[in-house]
Amino acid sequence: MAANPQPRVKRPHGDAVNLSHGSGGKAMRDLIEGLILPALGASSTTPLEDQARIDVPEIVGNGGRIAFTTDSYVVDPLSFPGGDIGTLAINGTVNDLAVGGARPTVLSCSLILEEGLPFAILEKMMCSMARAAQAAGVRIVTGDTKVVPRGSADKLFINTAGIGIIPKDVNLEIARIRPGDQLLLNGHLGDHGAAILKARGDLALDADVQSDCQPLHRIIAALLAAAPGTRCIRDVTRGGLATVLNEFAQGAGVGMRIVEDSIPVRPAVRGICEVLGLDPLYLANEGKLLAVVPAEEAGAALEALRACPEGTNAEIIGEVLPNPPGRVVLSSHFGGERIVDMLVGEQLPRIC
Amino acid sequence: MRYVDEFRDPKKASILVEDIHRLVQHVPQARNRPLQLMEFCGGHTHTIFKYGIEQMLPESVELVHGPGCPVCVLPMGRVDDCVAIAECPGVIFTTFGDAMRVPGSRKSLLQAKATGADVRMVYSPLDALAIARDNPDREVVFFGLGFETTMPATALTILAAERQRVANFSVFCNHITTLPTIKAILDSSDMELDGFLGPGHVSMVIGTHPYHFIAGHYHKPVVIAGFEPLDILQSLWMLLKQLAERRCVVENQYARIVPEAGNIQALDAIQQVFEIREYFEWRGLGSIDHSGVRIRDCFAGYDAERRFAVPNLSIADPKACQCGEVLKGVIKPWECKVFGRACTPETPLGSLMVSSEGACAAYFNYGKISAEIPAATEEVF
Repeated sequence: MAANPQPRVKRPHGDAVNLSHGSGGKAMRDLIEGLILPALGASSTTPLEDQARIDVPEIVGNGGRIAFTTDSYVVDPLSFPGGDIGTLAINGTVNDLAVGGARPTVLSCSLILEEGLPFAILEKMMCSMARAAQAAGVRIVTGDTKVVPRGSADKLFINTAGIGIIPKDVNLEIARIRPGDQLLLNGHLGDHGAAILKARGDLALDADVQSDCQPLHRIIAALLAAAPGTRCIRDVTRGGLATVLNEFAQGAGVGMRIVEDSIPVRPAVRGICEVLGLDPLYLANEGKLLAVVPAEEAGAALEALRACPEGTNAEIIGEVLPNPPGRVVLSSHFGGERIVDMLVGEQLPRIC
Repeated sequence: MRYVDEFRDPKKASILVEDIHRLVQHVPQARNRPLQLMEFCGGHTHTIFKYGIEQMLPESVELVHGPGCPVCVLPMGRVDDCVAIAECPGVIFTTFGDAMRVPGSRKSLLQAKATGADVRMVYSPLDALAIARDNPDREVVFFGLGFETTMPATALTILAAERQRVANFSVFCNHITTLPTIKAILDSSDMELDGFLGPGHVSMVIGTHPYHFIAGHYHKPVVIAGFEPLDILQSLWMLLKQLAERRCVVENQYARIVPEAGNIQALDAIQQVFEIREYFEWRGLGSIDHSGVRIRDCFAGYDAERRFAVPNLSIADPKACQCGEVLKGVIKPWECKVFGRACTPETPLGSLMVSSEGACAAYFNYGKISAEIPAATEEVF
């Protein structure tokens, strides 16, 4: 598409998305220019090219590297306590970049809209994206819009891809994990998973829980400054802490021991888990990270995490052991020990 | 959390564990072989593994994980029946979550959902009734499953459906009863059990009197146990005390929940709606007389077995699976020929690997940290 010399903002007709908004024609242009771009905070005079062109002179020649990631967001419901699909689509991709030590810079935004999606909802989600992008300091520079017939998608799916810049001396890899390293978590587990369960509304839960959806690149920068020997970091999302620990243990061929009493879980989340027979170790999070840090830097790392608003409840939750290789063991509050395995399928509530 | 954390106090646990270690030395049966104590209920199995209780016990005490997980003992043919009903045009099939992964001979309910059947997870049969009210042009079927614990809720929902004149609702009844199954285990020739942890939730409904035949006729002590880790430890201590003192009675550790006479209203609802089946097939245990219930004729309109053409075939368990021996405590889960190889929580062959309350899944997920998965595997089918 050629650059449009004149501002031409036109609200789309009607109240809801229909198939013509995905046709590639005038209706689609009205939707993008009249609703999506303004909501995202982009000017309607922004040239709508097929690609974004980004200058990266600071990368060339200084030894840094580009981090590139993509993720799709299909959450149901679209809004939940503490966030919505728009904030997830920004923070999720920002965090995927940040845990590799990258400074997130630009994002793409690809929308799949179900015919019948009210414009009001779409606009609300786009505004959330814009706010989240601004808060995280990233720009949405390119995108795509498709409309699918009613029933072919669930209201709104968002894909975001992101590019970040990894500074020259940062190298976070699972293979660097060593026995003796400490495991650090930046706060309460399971808030997002519990908030989604509550928002689905079919459990009549009356618990005060909010999603922890937040960008993690600033706290990671603080962590790396305080503990430059940090081995690796992972954001704790679907599959929960148990899954990340198992990936670390298997990837590095080491054992992991976590201590139940050290793992922060809010009483409301514990309560939901007790009622439904779920385990907070497997609940999803959207603003939590697990960092593996050499023992000699663990104190400084913990202090740095706790000094950030994203990590006030950070804790050292366990350590890396030579054995058993590839396995995660939990020392329970009760005095016993058990294996913590990866999640199989999804957590299904027990019958009784 | 109030009323929960009190039952997870590590100091009290260590005192109880010390007492158990001391007490077991006075149990005559423990001198020649390990004591075999069965927890019948899957909820107990789950707690035992989640808190690592087995590792706190003396080696002379072995826990045998009984058939008390309704999902685990569901025969494959009944899952096939569920899938057949769920795939009927216009049906919304509703089920508890953990029943969705139980393998049938062709597919599970989860796989049926993926291929187009409208299968929905509910937390109570009343949720299924609400779906029926909201979808008057569809047939809504609830998968009634479980012991006396869940039976009253199903019965009350059928009574509510009748009262509210909801005609598009029915129940595929697979409810089972505890006592004939315990009796079948006690009558088994290879049985070596020394005592029972009685099922707490079932006892909340039926009370403690129905277990007296275990102590009276079979001379095995019974302690009705709660589900928190301290409940389990205290119940084990009570069992050992009976054995040490050569006593054999039914004791109620879970008295804060379980009334001696049970719950009269719940029993009344069960009595109104259900009647005993002549026999019911259990996965791994075969057919057990009078161990299941069906919906009475006067509620025939709410009986999915009468409203739908169900295949009702008996499907043999995979021959390499040794669920029956595991359920009776004859072998440990990891001694089964297919444990951890052909049979895992991701691809369960035996039903004990399906639910987190199943002994095999519990061992696989939480397992004995030092237990090795056997290298040998045999033909599965």
